[in-house]
Amino acid sequence: MNMNNKLSKLTSALAVSASAFFASQANAGEILDAVRDAGVLRCGVNQSGNAGFSATDSTGRWEGLDVDFCRAVAAAVLSDPEAVEFVPLSGQQRFAALQAGEIDVLSRTTTWTLTRDASLGVLFAGVNFYDGQGFLVRADLGVSEATDLDGAEVCVMTGTTSELNVSDFFRSNDMTFTPIVFESLEEVRSSFFNGRCQVYTADRSSLASVVAVDAENPDDYVILPGAISKEPLGPVVRRGDDDWFTIVRWTLMALIQAEESGVSQANLDEMLSSTNPTVARLLGTSGEMGSLLGLDNEWARRAIAAVGNYGDMYERNIVPIGLERNGMNRLWTDGGLMYPMPIR
Amino acid sequence: MQTINFNDKAVRGVLWQIAFVVGLLGIGYVLVTNLLTNLEARSIRSGYDYLGREAGFRIGESLISYGPEDSYGRAVIVGFLNTLKVSVVSLVIATVLGVVIGIGRLSENLALRKFTSFYVDCFRNTPLLLQLFFWYAVLTGLLPVARDALSFFGIAFLSKSGLIFPAPLATQANYAIGASFVIGVLALIAFFKWNVRQQNLTGQRRSLWPPALICLLILPLVAWAATGFPVDFSVPAQTRFNFKGGWTATPEFLALALGLSLYSAAFIAENVRGGIQSVSSGQREAAQALGLRSGVTMWLIVLPQALRVIIPPTTGQYLNLIKNSSLAVAIGYPDLVSVSNTTLNQTGQALEAVSIMMAVYLTISLSVSVGMNWYNERVALVSR
Repeated sequence: MNMNNKLSKLTSALAVSASAFFASQANAGEILDAVRDAGVLRCGVNQSGNAGFSATDSTGRWEGLDVDFCRAVAAAVLSDPEAVEFVPLSGQQRFAALQAGEIDVLSRTTTWTLTRDASLGVLFAGVNFYDGQGFLVRADLGVSEATDLDGAEVCVMTGTTSELNVSDFFRSNDMTFTPIVFESLEEVRSSFFNGRCQVYTADRSSLASVVAVDAENPDDYVILPGAISKEPLGPVVRRGDDDWFTIVRWTLMALIQAEESGVSQANLDEMLSSTNPTVARLLGTSGEMGSLLGLDNEWARRAIAAVGNYGDMYERNIVPIGLERNGMNRLWTDGGLMYPMPIR
Repeated sequence: MQTINFNDKAVRGVLWQIAFVVGLLGIGYVLVTNLLTNLEARSIRSGYDYLGREAGFRIGESLISYGPEDSYGRAVIVGFLNTLKVSVVSLVIATVLGVVIGIGRLSENLALRKFTSFYVDCFRNTPLLLQLFFWYAVLTGLLPVARDALSFFGIAFLSKSGLIFPAPLATQANYAIGASFVIGVLALIAFFKWNVRQQNLTGQRRSLWPPALICLLILPLVAWAATGFPVDFSVPAQTRFNFKGGWTATPEFLALALGLSLYSAAFIAENVRGGIQSVSSGQREAAQALGLRSGVTMWLIVLPQALRVIIPPTTGQYLNLIKNSSLAVAIGYPDLVSVSNTTLNQTGQALEAVSIMMAVYLTISLSVSVGMNWYNERVALVSR
């Protein structure tokens, strides 16, 4: 497993170098053409085990919020939500794989930051989950807040913004800690659960998924209240193909707009006869929205038919890992941050 | 003026070589400029100036002072020193263990022979990565959590947080004691050399232990007394989570050092056995005929000759060990690769980070090779 890991990491690092040596810059529309020619969307997701976002179920089928987004894009572009090749990537491999053109979209709980947006040759298409970094501890440790953690040993995964945030947090609170850094999720988790470190830090959603899925007895663990960072997670594409970037961004917008307009997987057929102009434009019964993107006008209808609206995706994937939909991930109309730009 | 004769084989040879080198440089130039243009076109930052920027992440263990406010360059140095630390410790243990086991395999004692060959078979024939996972799982699985650490007289502790023991503080008295110990060691080496010379001249040799006692024990004791018997140690104290103060050998370090040493020892043992068997049995029989004890025979007659055969393959083994230390990344030890990977992630500058790693390993390996070759020449058979 880990040897493979190392190998594939090396390969993708080499692929970047190799493609940087030979390939030329991607031109507008090139990725859409390539995806259509291949008949399959290559989508970078988490290595199996991030329940709620991307993980395989017992039959080997990929499931999760990030996975659903890939299916939505595939439905919009290729008319087939199953025409997705999921490429599991580690935190380290993800950008290299995207830069090298091994994947078309990276949908893997990736935090949108300035450095990444500006210096990695990638663009963030939007936010599909507002997260924040938290701390997971054993309940019997008697810690009630993050500022009690001075001197603790903290397990963290390499290649994440968590690694930097935790340093900033302890530094700004005049506390020290010892990081124990692993490159595979399995190692981080097993080290935390067998007691090598007293604290496990990651995005709160990820901690919730660890407690819900991996802990023998979820009541033995507590996620400390509060978040030490902002972690807006969203899909990423590589730079150079603005058309493709626009398609990915607006697929996300369409899923959120569908929820705002009350269009769901369940009532999609009824909604086709809706006279609401926003719904009509969204579903392609009027207007030319899809063709402006270089797709056909039923693109969003197919995406919604495949995975539902954003709320459906959340209910299906995130609620089961114990994260009710409250706070930032609600629609703006409910006091959240999910705000689709107007589809018109 | 002499014209170049293209029919001359030597001249043509030189020309071909020049053409080859020019071609190679040309291809390299095209590749590198193409790379830089492409990186620029894709807005991927390149260059090594990121090494001077603030790193922002912490590193679990470090030989030099390091904090998140230090630069990426310093972080990479911390990783490099951690690689050296685990490599040096493992090299020493692997060598000692390898020699003992290699000799053990030729022992006349059946149990010892069987045990050592079992050891070699076991460790040589399973993947190192698996062994590292095994030792790490054993260390972190079997030991108690830091709160219930095994205590040794209340000053040293063993737990999942590692082995924590008292550390001397940087005080004048400790420096004095340390300095007197170093002087003692140097004096002892000088005495040893003098002793060997005396033995060569007169056949008399003095006993080694009285000067050893004076140099290594009494001298530091005197320094200790002269500074007024201070006890300047940082003794680990239990905190809410683990320990504060003292020195720590983390389980990651212990597992890696253990795994590397035991694995490499098996290979070195085979080199040693091969080397010893290459020394003709006549040498040993002659030594026995002279009445030398078997230990002395091994140490003074057989091993010096065997070294010529042992050293070249063992050099390779040393290089393997150093390179294998990069498996550290799997069990969370912050070696060069682990730290570079973090750097690579935070900056996205894959080519630069990988090239630094390659350059560092190349430098370490070439230095070891040069050192071992020098030693090999020293022990090589001098033909007169």
